[in-house]
Amino acid sequence: MDAIVELKNLRVEYRAPERGQGKKVAVKDLNLRVGAGEVFGFLGPNGAGKTTTMNVLLGFVNATSGAAYLFGVDVRQPISRQRIGYLPELTYYYKFLTAEELLRFYAKVFGIPRATAETRIERLLKLVELEQARKRPIRTYSKGMQQRVGLAQALINDPDLLILDEPTSGLDPLGRMKVREIIQRLKNEGKTVFFSSHELGEVETVCDRVAIIAQGELKVEGAVGELVTAHRANLEQIFLKLVGYTGAL
Amino acid sequence: MNTVMALAGIVIKELYRRKDFYVVFVLTAVMTLLLGSVNFFHDDKIVRYLKDVCLLLIWVSALVIAIVTSARQLPMERESRTIFPLLAKPVTRAQVIVGKFFGCWFAVGLGLLVFYFFFAVLAGSRDHRWPLAEYIQALWLQWSMLAMVIAGVLLGSLVFAAPSSNSTISFVVVAGILLLGRHLNQVALQQPEPLKTLVYVLYFVIPHLEWYDIRDRVSFDQALVPWADCGLATLYAAVYVAFLLFAAWLVFRRKPLNQ
Repeated sequence: MDAIVELKNLRVEYRAPERGQGKKVAVKDLNLRVGAGEVFGFLGPNGAGKTTTMNVLLGFVNATSGAAYLFGVDVRQPISRQRIGYLPELTYYYKFLTAEELLRFYAKVFGIPRATAETRIERLLKLVELEQARKRPIRTYSKGMQQRVGLAQALINDPDLLILDEPTSGLDPLGRMKVREIIQRLKNEGKTVFFSSHELGEVETVCDRVAIIAQGELKVEGAVGELVTAHRANLEQIFLKLVGYTGAL
Repeated sequence: MNTVMALAGIVIKELYRRKDFYVVFVLTAVMTLLLGSVNFFHDDKIVRYLKDVCLLLIWVSALVIAIVTSARQLPMERESRTIFPLLAKPVTRAQVIVGKFFGCWFAVGLGLLVFYFFFAVLAGSRDHRWPLAEYIQALWLQWSMLAMVIAGVLLGSLVFAAPSSNSTISFVVVAGILLLGRHLNQVALQQPEPLKTLVYVLYFVIPHLEWYDIRDRVSFDQALVPWADCGLATLYAAVYVAFLLFAAWLVFRRKPLNQ
């Protein structure tokens, strides 16, 4: 299977905010491979290094050592991001734009021809159920609507890989269900989805494989079914055990 | 270029959807019209002073719009986290800098067109002359000057902690150059060494924004600046803009996005 996302001995170090504390290791020699058409869940407690890893994949942060590739292209090359869609956690889009203007802007950034862009904008606004609100400024949107417009912008280039950073964070149950449906639909279309989440039930439902990291280290990686069978526990119990939480087990 | 123009388009949309520009324009118009309605000492040449005041207000207003708009661009992208979905696309940080620069410059250019149109109508209605070439020259030189200011403020927005501090420092620096820039070499002559050399170096290093101020020529109907000189001034501005944007890129390429 072709690797869509590949991390090779990825290490990211930060200078600690306090003086004299040296460097903080955010990601320790991480190796990962995500194949085409997989829905891959990237799990870990807060501060585990999930967002840092995603930031390296998206070119926001440079790795201290090791390498990261998207579609076999080094992530330091901007072209590696031509075929990806990214939905960040809690982003406030340009509030003075309407949803369709925002999507038109991102389509232009990708160099999508106008006619194709307009057709795609129609389809995406329908997909995320924002057709009625398309001409309203984004500042008037609810949190759920903002997240859905975020999802639409992530899909504007019809990406082969979707990177979602806690896509259901802060959404109500209905909003979560809609996001899950969209992920499922993308999976059926053969897209690769790489996403981080704290909602383990949701991960268990939609993911083919998962990786759990804690303190920057990979603790386990594998198919959800295999992990559940091997550990004789559900994903939540496996997660708590691997991150070192023993209180309720 | 698509990306740069798309980014520029966002800045222009932001300017005309915010109220800042309209407030500044209305203030300028009201102040000029109020002054125009009074005829001090029954002076027939009062129109010259009216033009002078109107041009001064246009200069101040354009500076306010240029500095305030440029100062908030990059900090706002980071604060609202829109920089993340933007840079997750095949967009480089250099394109972001250049796109923001062109956005601010075009937006200010549109503003200047409105201001100068108002000025031309006001002046033309009083002295019944329409020296369009003079107005175009004044507008072009002011716009070139503002390009240097915008590039400098964008660099400042990556260096200073907050847009407000950047704006204040930029206003002080620009006002300082406009008022004192042309006299620095004379000041240098009166200083002992090594201050003399330092002031001289400063004189040659700063962008001479005051060269672009031809308000007196417009107000007092003096001859046009030779077009070749205008071309040279444009080239001079372009060199400074390129240098300032390059410096901004050097800072931005290493800057963490979430701080």
